[in-house]
Amino acid sequence: MMRRDDCFKALAAQRGDAIVVAAYSSAFEWLRASPSPLNYYSIGAMGQASSHALGLALGLPDHKIIVLDGDGSLLMNMGTLVTTANIAPKNLVHFVSDNGCYEANGSHPTPGKDRVSFAAFARAAGYPHVFEFDDLATWTDALPRLMALPGPVFGALKLVPGAPLDMDYDFIHGPDVRRRFKEAIQPLLAKRKTREPVATR
Amino acid sequence: MELQGPRGTEIIAAFKEAGVGIIASLPDIWTSQGLLWPLARDKEIRLIRVCKEDEGVSICAGLSFCDRRAALVMQYTGLLDSINNIRASAVDYKLPVCMVVGLLQKEPDKKPTESKRYGIRIVEPILDAMGIDHILIEGSEDVALLAPAIDKAYANSRPMAALIGREVRE
Repeated sequence: MMRRDDCFKALAAQRGDAIVVAAYSSAFEWLRASPSPLNYYSIGAMGQASSHALGLALGLPDHKIIVLDGDGSLLMNMGTLVTTANIAPKNLVHFVSDNGCYEANGSHPTPGKDRVSFAAFARAAGYPHVFEFDDLATWTDALPRLMALPGPVFGALKLVPGAPLDMDYDFIHGPDVRRRFKEAIQPLLAKRKTREPVATR
Repeated sequence: MELQGPRGTEIIAAFKEAGVGIIASLPDIWTSQGLLWPLARDKEIRLIRVCKEDEGVSICAGLSFCDRRAALVMQYTGLLDSINNIRASAVDYKLPVCMVVGLLQKEPDKKPTESKRYGIRIVEPILDAMGIDHILIEGSEDVALLAPAIDKAYANSRPMAALIGREVRE
């Protein structure tokens, strides 16, 4: 089993200038592993990280968007797998941290934690590339190839928490992160090849 | 004289006038034939079919950061089901999430708050309690309200809802 902090450090090394949409415990871990104004924490309600990411992927179709979902979060919005696979954004990579519990809410077990396969769900929903990792060396080796694949890509990460997290919810939901994100994506918007109507009014 | 709803072509024209290029939607029989099927065939607007309405709230929120105007078309039951995400992604975050909401089976001659249907009666009070601007489109004459309401939502970075009070005609 991987530690989440080690797992995310490996991902941070392969991130490049990708936008990363992260939820709850994964967000706080990612904030530590790869601080950047291109991190998007404003996921609204539980389960919605991947749907916000889909909006970003549609709006910036030439830019890599990575989702760091949680298992409890994904269970709350399973339809997102079907919606995303149906749209099939080539720039979207969706990882779920599967630690079998609601870590941010007292570590109660997720329903069916020992039976549920998120990879199987993603495969059945129609994701063309689906992976499972529970070993840090294998994950680290696979990342460069995985990140180069056309999306949507799905990866289930079997892991355990790392070092204790500073869970500052006011920060991740506050206006400053959205303002910084909005500023940070302006160059990306300027480079975008216009394919759909742009809000000009 | 029978009170008639707006035409879907009028609503689609209003979307285009407002620069809306993407519609997220879950089918609603109130808007299906007149609006959603024509949207599915439209060459200029991209239709994103979602499995649950709160996905659409988030998709519109994400797109708003990318200067892409979008709207979510759904039934009022979907609005009620999505309240928590609307509260967070649209109201708390002050994002221009635009929602077109079919008031399925509202009586044509009654205001939403006077409907005999509980689910319809509570829609406007809930939007008021959440501080969400809303307009009511009963007939063709009301469609002119839509594009300015969307413009205002984006100008002020605030959510809005357009309530469709009668079945949309082809």
